[in-house]
Amino acid sequence: MDNGVFARNNRRMPSADPSAIILEARGLCFLREDEPVFGPLDFALCAGEIALVEGDNGSGKTTLMRVLTGMLRPGEGEVRLDGATFSLDTMAGAVVFLGHQLGLKLDLSPRENLRVSSGLYGQREGVDADLALAEVGLAGFEDEPVRRLSAGQKKRAALARLLIVPARVWLLDEPYANLDREGIALVNRLLEGHAQRGGAALVTSHGAVRFAGGEPRRIRLHA
Amino acid sequence: MTPGSTPAACAVLLRRDLVLAWRRRGDIAMPVLYALIVATLFPFALGPEPALLARIAGGVVFVTVLLAVLLSLDHLFRGDIEDGSMEQLMLAPQPLALLVGMKVLAHWITSALPLIVVAPLLAGMLKLPGQATPVLILALLIATPLLSLLGAVLVALTAGSRRSGMLLALMLLPLCVPVVIFAAGAVAAAQEGLPWAAPIAWLGAGLVMALVLAPLACAAALRIAMDS
Repeated sequence: MDNGVFARNNRRMPSADPSAIILEARGLCFLREDEPVFGPLDFALCAGEIALVEGDNGSGKTTLMRVLTGMLRPGEGEVRLDGATFSLDTMAGAVVFLGHQLGLKLDLSPRENLRVSSGLYGQREGVDADLALAEVGLAGFEDEPVRRLSAGQKKRAALARLLIVPARVWLLDEPYANLDREGIALVNRLLEGHAQRGGAALVTSHGAVRFAGGEPRRIRLHA
Repeated sequence: MTPGSTPAACAVLLRRDLVLAWRRRGDIAMPVLYALIVATLFPFALGPEPALLARIAGGVVFVTVLLAVLLSLDHLFRGDIEDGSMEQLMLAPQPLALLVGMKVLAHWITSALPLIVVAPLLAGMLKLPGQATPVLILALLIATPLLSLLGAVLVALTAGSRRSGMLLALMLLPLCVPVVIFAAGAVAAAQEGLPWAAPIAWLGAGLVMALVLAPLACAAALRIAMDS
């Protein structure tokens, strides 16, 4: 497995201050029936940093995300959050995950769905559901059942969760899927705002994506 | 309540599940309708002799109500797993066991409580003596949450497999038996004017144990189910 790119990247990391590292993977590896799906991976995400996970279909991007959330147990290596070994019990809402399944209830409206998210994860100061929905371009659809929204609008409703929840680490699995050009710009805007607030984000995508704020760091997975 | 605190999370989840159930009211009515039909058919099948019906009334009401609760049990976690809500619950800062407990509570309120409300009607149709009806309600109030909790553990265990219905029924059978024995035993004792506190106390003990252990077991089983 070729991890040369990575190791070099790692050594060149701009931030020398280890206290600013939020999410860190050390020798992370996932095995399915003794076959490695990815890894071993070493990377660190610092405050204000966005990294793009790249890889072809089947290279283990989604699996990596699920391992980082703690839902899948890594075969080898460990994930550290703020320097402490990380498990589902200890991370206490520091991570928000947006996967292929959006976690929206189709019979509820976007506003009701957001209320559930903020009830579970907490609510960031100065943001409420209506504001978050207006930000993602769903103004006027607040009370429409999610079932009646288009795929792109559902995605936007799920993205609104990122705005309202105070988590510092965003793990976004294919956030650009189903979105139009304007939606892609929206995701980039959300990521930029998150980085400015000192959050960190890991984004998977198999397409080439350009961030407005310069080149993101890239983590490459090999199929 | 501050958003993100444990009470707020419990309240918001309970409310969500109740609202979802209310938006699909037909699904709530189904078990009640089923129980009514079964209880109505018994006198037709066995003949309308009051003495015979009174003897079997307690047992019939229990079995009917328990089976009706089981009808809806299979869907307890499936919706949440399919639409990704379960992932969101697992990553939430609150203990998963507590959140799962709220889901079971919501399930009990939407599927068992309506059955308990119609239970006196069922008992009346089957000529259960009046003095036994309060005991029947009490036994149902303890037995149905116990069954919901036990069932939830098994639903969580089978959540990973695609066709879990059969497996669930097979696994739940041995766990139902003691519940039915104690609950129907209490009603039979009350019917004959005997003391009925002992079987109720056993059910209560079972419920307390399940209240503590079942949500933990559910959470562990769901983690395993999602780990694939």
